[in-house]
Amino acid sequence: MSAVSEVTARYLNLYNDNIDRINGISSPYINSFRQKAFEKFTELGVPTRKNEDYKYTNLNVFFDHDYRSLFMPVEADFAKADEFRCDVADLDAQGIVLLNGFYPTLNGKLHQFPNGVWIGSLNEAAVRFPDLVEKHYGKYAQTDKDGLVHLNTAMASDGVFIYVPEGVVVAQPVQVVNLVHAEEDIFNQHRNLIIVEKNAEFTLIICDHTLSPGKFLTNAVTEAYVGENSHFDLIRVQNEHNTACKITHTFIHQEKNSVASSNNLTLHGGLVRNSTYHNLGGERAESNSYGLFLGDKFQHIDNFVSVVHSSPNCTSNQLFKGVLDDVATGAFNGRILVRPDAQGTLAYQRNNNILLTDDAKMDTKPQLEIYADDVKCSHGATIGQLDDESLFYLQSRGINKREARVMLMFGFAHEVIQNIKIEALRERMDNLVMQRLRGELSRCASCMVKCG
Amino acid sequence: MEKEQDSILDEVTSGEYKYGFHSDIETEKIQKGLNEDVVRIISAKKNEPEWLLEFRLKAYRHWLTMKMPVWPNLRIPEINYQEIIFYAAPKQRPALNSIDDIDPELKRTFDKLGIPLIEQAHLAGVAVDAVMDSVSVKTTFKETLAEMGIIFCSFSDAVKEYPELVRRYMGTVVPYTDNFFATLNSAVFSDGSFCYIPKGVRCPMELSTYFRINAANTGQFERTLLIADEEAYVSYLEGCTAPQRDENQLHAAIVEIIAEKNAEVKYSTVQNWYPGNKEGKGGIFNFVTKRGICRGESSKISWTQIETGSAITWKYPSCILRGDNSIGEFYSVAVTNNHQQADTGTKMIHIGKNTKSTIVSKGISAGRGQNSYRGLVKVLKNATNARNYSQCDSLLLGDKCGAHTFPYLEVDNQSAIVEHEATTSRIGEDQIFYCNQRGISTEDAIGLIVNGYAREVINKLPMEFAVEAQKLLQISLEGSVG
Amino acid sequence: MLVIDNLKVAINGKNILKGISLKIRPGEIHAIMGPNGSGKSTLAAVLAGRELGVVTGGTVTYYGKNLLEMAAEDRAKEGIFLGFQYPIEIPGVSMVNFMKTAVNEHRKHKGLDPLSASDFLKLMREKKELVEIDSKLANRSVNEGFSGGEKKKNEIFQMAMLEPKLAILDETDSGLDIDALRIVANGVNKIKRADNSFIVITHYQRLLDYIVPDVVHVLYDGRIVKTAGKELALELEEKGYDWIKKEVENNILV
Ligand SMILES: Nc1ncnc2c1ncn2[C@@H]1O[C@H](COP(=O)(O)OP(=O)(O)O)[C@@H](O)[C@H]1O
Ligand SMILES: [Mg+2]
Repeated sequence: MSAVSEVTARYLNLYNDNIDRINGISSPYINSFRQKAFEKFTELGVPTRKNEDYKYTNLNVFFDHDYRSLFMPVEADFAKADEFRCDVADLDAQGIVLLNGFYPTLNGKLHQFPNGVWIGSLNEAAVRFPDLVEKHYGKYAQTDKDGLVHLNTAMASDGVFIYVPEGVVVAQPVQVVNLVHAEEDIFNQHRNLIIVEKNAEFTLIICDHTLSPGKFLTNAVTEAYVGENSHFDLIRVQNEHNTACKITHTFIHQEKNSVASSNNLTLHGGLVRNSTYHNLGGERAESNSYGLFLGDKFQHIDNFVSVVHSSPNCTSNQLFKGVLDDVATGAFNGRILVRPDAQGTLAYQRNNNILLTDDAKMDTKPQLEIYADDVKCSHGATIGQLDDESLFYLQSRGINKREARVMLMFGFAHEVIQNIKIEALRERMDNLVMQRLRGELSRCASCMVKCG
Repeated sequence: MEKEQDSILDEVTSGEYKYGFHSDIETEKIQKGLNEDVVRIISAKKNEPEWLLEFRLKAYRHWLTMKMPVWPNLRIPEINYQEIIFYAAPKQRPALNSIDDIDPELKRTFDKLGIPLIEQAHLAGVAVDAVMDSVSVKTTFKETLAEMGIIFCSFSDAVKEYPELVRRYMGTVVPYTDNFFATLNSAVFSDGSFCYIPKGVRCPMELSTYFRINAANTGQFERTLLIADEEAYVSYLEGCTAPQRDENQLHAAIVEIIAEKNAEVKYSTVQNWYPGNKEGKGGIFNFVTKRGICRGESSKISWTQIETGSAITWKYPSCILRGDNSIGEFYSVAVTNNHQQADTGTKMIHIGKNTKSTIVSKGISAGRGQNSYRGLVKVLKNATNARNYSQCDSLLLGDKCGAHTFPYLEVDNQSAIVEHEATTSRIGEDQIFYCNQRGISTEDAIGLIVNGYAREVINKLPMEFAVEAQKLLQISLEGSVG
Repeated sequence: MLVIDNLKVAINGKNILKGISLKIRPGEIHAIMGPNGSGKSTLAAVLAGRELGVVTGGTVTYYGKNLLEMAAEDRAKEGIFLGFQYPIEIPGVSMVNFMKTAVNEHRKHKGLDPLSASDFLKLMREKKELVEIDSKLANRSVNEGFSGGEKKKNEIFQMAMLEPKLAILDETDSGLDIDALRIVANGVNKIKRADNSFIVITHYQRLLDYIVPDVVHVLYDGRIVKTAGKELALELEEKGYDWIKKEVENNILV
């Protein structure tokens, strides 16, 4: 066994210094995972570029830093966070706001909506619905390669719990807004658990924002269970500042005949790493993994996708597109694994990237690992520039070059956006992307939070 | 053409590994195992100059500090380097002046393999360097080529006769520290081919090296060095076979190519080492480092490989595109049947301006075979207007095999256009039905379809070998259907 | 309005246009015919400002200005329209957004305010009817998934929207069925006014039955080798290009 690196040691210390406090505010069931996860994290450590899955991302920029405290909420924080709760009257989404990974209302942390859906604090849920949580918690977030998932399991104490009962079709999407706001540099981790039972339909929007200028590190894990015949859409909009580091790990487990989509829209952020794991665990399931990232300045955006076909006759799709400006760098690491018995698999993957400047850089690594023969799989990846022919076509209609470039970039990006099924949301995203491409983005038009 | 097709099909129905015989040739071997003394003995046997011994020793000492790579998608059994014989040579009379001096059994062996050691009129288009176990036994057409200033000889002869050339170029493309197997080779390499095409000369015939492992318990470690000076052209082909044996044998070779300004090198390989039996017993471990550098502007290196043999194949013929406007190409068909494993692909490193590379890889997996494409396309910061197109297809025959694709695209220049496409599928039932409906049996239909699938690559081979390669494909897939 | 004088263009070191001279006055319709590869599309593209190769000689003057110095979008706003032989597909960019941007850029150039959304949609509707283009096409991305005929009709629709002074139609009739051909031709005739001009590149007399040219030019091997009235088109239709080729070769011999 190799010695623990200096960077990893920081987090081992953080754990040792805080574990009592963490255990104190969390439910016993969630606490029961910590010791084992801690050991696993000790073994795997903070991923370095030697880890094939992190080949193109140097985490040390953010991890080798002294986060003065592990964030723990006190009453005053909640009061402050409540300011961000505004009336959601003109928003067609039901909403929750998390502050630095915590559910910011002291009372009534777990609600039932009229349609029967439960939304609220995971910790509360572990106490109130022990059977449900025991059935799903920690079951999908399985990895032997990424120590950060285990670090989350070891230390996270709260996050969002959503339960969509059997047969419930939720028309309005639910929006979770993750705010990071602190006077000092903080490290925060939250943990979400989403359970969509049989024959249900549910859309979740997660928006990530930073409200104050410090150096922030977030390491979040989401587990989602999608039951038989269910539909689940997850849309993640990331709009954080340049000194924020956002790491997300999303594990989506699907049962028979279910359809699940994940859409990561990274509009802004210092260092962003999204790992999305899709497990097609039942026959005839369909999974879609989409991503769009727009990077400039010194930003680095890394998308890691793993699609595992464990059952026959499933279909999967991956589409990731990136536009990189200035000295921004991007990485894509997508994997399709078809297990021996997953006959009748259809799996597609595409990654297209545009470099706008000489200093932007893109590394892409699409992979196919196939152990069954009745399969149709394909992947494609490109790195290039805007197409000259198209640019000329637009100019020949009188559109100036700058505008023509923006239009082409927008068209390029829209291919990802168009997969959002809710029209209003799709339009908002189009808008946001357009603003971002014009350099006008200040806040997300769809957000209930009026962040600066 | 139809005739040809027929004979191919004939071959299919009867095909087994047909080069699996072994010849009783008196062989000189050294003790098994590896240590500094063994390295010295190999060098001494070859009467090598001091600098070369030094090179070997440096490599050996470095090798001791290295570990076997674990990143390939392969399951490689532990290799005990102390059980391998690192030098074996057919015994021969002191001087080999005419063809009559060659051991008749040796000649028969190569005849059986279809490799003439005699300069036959009907094969006048191909010059052959035949290497058995550790040494080169005969190079044909040497004199004809010499008239044009072309040097084509065994590596050992080159060390003696052209030490400056060897010294100037050896290890410049694959340094002795490059990787575990290249370093091992640098320490113990036995023989191989050397080729130098002078300025402005187009080599009038195919140059070919034929490698044969014969002796048991030996490893083969040959080294090829090929230099095309300015404006030169050469097409080079290597073929390999080995007897059927129950134990695994190690083959760790190095090929280095240097292409100067406006030079063009075509390097083709038909690799048919013994793949092991149906249960996966025996077979060659083929761990090879092949790399070329397009040093001068507008130079071109093109790799074509048909990989049907070996129990395990691990090789990535690569191009370093340093000269402006230089071109790199990689065309590959890799077949894995029964228990064969292959992890193969290429690296295209774009350094010069306006450099272009093309990658076409066709993997075919059958039986319990595991076939991986692994490739890197890297565009460095100053490589403006670099272009790459990669197409990697995999065909699956049977439900116990695997096909994997691991491309790495690393682009650090805005003006680059890099495109990668890959597909994995099995032969369409509709395609087979269409053939069946026209009266073609399923087995034949698969043969036809597989050949069609690989055609794009096979067409890149020199004519003489394209037909051979097609047959090989059929034979290696024998028994994989149904 | 347009004077091309001894225009020479080379692409990748190869001379494609070898000295073209042409004068077009307001209201005129010029047809350009000629075998494949003779340089018709190259001429059209160079006039519209596509940076294809290098202009190695000659001048192009448009309303007294040096056309070759102008950016493609400025030429468009000054009234030059190119109907592409192979219209480009632009995934993700909707026709509405595309045309709205183009129309408003034209208006800005003329010192007009941008059209309101409703006025713009009204204009779209009008022009769609004018050129009988299927209204669904306008809701899709630019040319994406359009059939060959739909793409060509879309070019005519865009021409109607932008009301150019000089429209260059590069084989807009190729690959069209009879109905589509009629639609394209009618579209052109509806847009035709006393002061706007057309360059119609075509292989077929049948288009010229609808759009009657004032002058017909034959372009061959980068040169205009023959210029005559509309009857030349008929003659070409009947006899093909071979006799022209012969004539050219003979001339060279002489
Ligand atoms: N981008 C290009 N690069 C090289 N040659 C070109 C290019 N575009 C056109 N050409 C050549 O220019 C000539 C004229 O082409 P084009 O103008 O398309 O002819 P036409 O439209 O009359 O059929 C042809 O020989 C064609 O091959
Ligand atoms: Mg044309």
